[in-house]
Amino acid sequence: MKFSLGAIQYFWPKQVVDNFYQQAAESSVDIVYLGETVCSKRRELKFEDYMAIAHMLREAGKQVCLSTMTLLEAPSELRELRKYCDNGEFLVEANDVGAIPYLQEHKVPFVAGAAINCYNQHTLRKLMSLGMNRWVMPVELSREWLANLLQQPMVHDVRDCFEVEVFALGHMPLAWSGRCFTARSENRPKDQCELVCINYPEGRPVTSQEGQQVFVLNGIQTQSGSRYNLVNQLPNMDGLVDVVRLSPQLVGTFDWLEKFRANVAGGAPQRLDKNDSNGYWLALAGLVQQLD
Amino acid sequence: MELLCPAGSMPALKAAIEHGADAVYVGLKDETNARHFAGLNLDQAGLTEAARYVHQHGKKLHVAINTFAHADTFENWRRAVDMAVKAGADVLILADMAVLAYAADRYPKVELHLSVQASATNAAAIEFYKQFGVSRVVLPRVLSMNQVRAIARTTDIELEVFAFGSLCIMAEGRCYLSSYMTGESPNTAGACSPAKFVRWDEADDGTLESRLNNILIDRFAPNETAGYPTLCKGRFKVGDDTYHALEEPTSLNTLSLLPELYKEGIASLKIEGRQRSPAYVAQITQVWRQAIDAVMANPAQFTVQEQWDHVLAGLSEGSQTTLGAYHRKWK
Repeated sequence: MKFSLGAIQYFWPKQVVDNFYQQAAESSVDIVYLGETVCSKRRELKFEDYMAIAHMLREAGKQVCLSTMTLLEAPSELRELRKYCDNGEFLVEANDVGAIPYLQEHKVPFVAGAAINCYNQHTLRKLMSLGMNRWVMPVELSREWLANLLQQPMVHDVRDCFEVEVFALGHMPLAWSGRCFTARSENRPKDQCELVCINYPEGRPVTSQEGQQVFVLNGIQTQSGSRYNLVNQLPNMDGLVDVVRLSPQLVGTFDWLEKFRANVAGGAPQRLDKNDSNGYWLALAGLVQQLD
Repeated sequence: MELLCPAGSMPALKAAIEHGADAVYVGLKDETNARHFAGLNLDQAGLTEAARYVHQHGKKLHVAINTFAHADTFENWRRAVDMAVKAGADVLILADMAVLAYAADRYPKVELHLSVQASATNAAAIEFYKQFGVSRVVLPRVLSMNQVRAIARTTDIELEVFAFGSLCIMAEGRCYLSSYMTGESPNTAGACSPAKFVRWDEADDGTLESRLNNILIDRFAPNETAGYPTLCKGRFKVGDDTYHALEEPTSLNTLSLLPELYKEGIASLKIEGRQRSPAYVAQITQVWRQAIDAVMANPAQFTVQEQWDHVLAGLSEGSQTTLGAYHRKWK
């Protein structure tokens, strides 16, 4: 079982990003996804900066994958997307199907990100025929759904031709909008947002009027209020999941990486935090935390 | 420019046709469409009858099969496609690549439209879906008018936009908020904030609370109008403020954009609301028929008539309407 770091979902200052990837280089992580996937206005790092980090990580022995924007609306965003797809060296995670024609053009293999709607064996095979070699399952799907899909003969027969990756730690990306909710929370229009997201390196929590944390605002993205945490589910991923994804958090990401590694076979289960959830994996509402 | 109206039942379909719809869209009575609500939609006999009625009037029938097929019941989506074609549907509205591929392969002569649930928000994504032979793309409600214009000018495919109705503020087909709270989402179960998870509680002081799977979505004072607890339209707390953190309960209304949409060659205007009553469909259709006729007769002189706005406001969530993402300020 391999471990990956998803692209940083939040807007962090360049120095914080650089430090994070320095730590990643020294960590035991196998795969690192890099790039801005949420908002094209976030330009602390430019494409060239990501490429420099990519080279540094590759030299440290990591597999690097460039991760593309999820909600693509403007022609300028498509031009930036093309740069990622044309990088010529690294695998690309397509978070919108718009990336796929560019990748096909260059015959570049790709990872189908969790926001690409692949819910069944036929779609999976279709994506494979277009060059997909790793599939990140949509966050809302369960172990049962995954097992069911993988045992379909048309997938089972080619199971060694692609990897399965599952989002397993962090606030889950649940929705993308034309509207910026962080700017709205500060009463600013989106086109005068002044990049306020940089003030919320862990997003802005949203609670119900009874104090239950329901969402986290991260610019145009809405995340789960709970932190998804599948550390104790690792033993039942055996034979189904090839890559386990941790979403970078401001603190503790690399500690969690070691906790995950230690519990691959169930040898070191962790006590879940009050705000942790595991419902989706267990075919329940996403926010549920089921104790083992 | 086509007026495409919703119908969740035969009476609604007849109301739409009688009041001037050019085409009507419907769904089947199962999880294959994104309005899978109890008491709504058509079975095979209903679909056949709908097609016959629509064709008698020289109009078109679109069938939405726009959820994502499950691994072990993929057959149900295939059957839905077969059933729709057999019943005489003119158009299938599809979202899942696998269902698209099946329909394109099996029924090459049937017109395929890319559902809004496929979330094609840009020219590259539209390019991608061309391989399935789609002739029209329904654009998500997250785009601004400028972005719609940019797409209209770069693609040769027909475009359909939402003109009126409930406003989805998230890119459709990529929103899992509903399954996060309830376990059921539009993608997997064909419903957002499903009614079976809704609960209303009234406190002694008259305050009304709406809950979804036990999570408090909103609280209404006795004099406030209480709306359905669609989870993205509740009042939540961010920092010290309690407000509609994601969106107010309003409806999308693009009447004032009609001349621009017409100028950009938008092929079809879609009215949301398969879950609405025949009376609602009749009124909405009548207003939009008049508005489209007016813009087509003389786009330069088009003005929104007060009476249209009045009718539409009366049929809107919270009696309010918005231009939504089409208008930059909304964002």
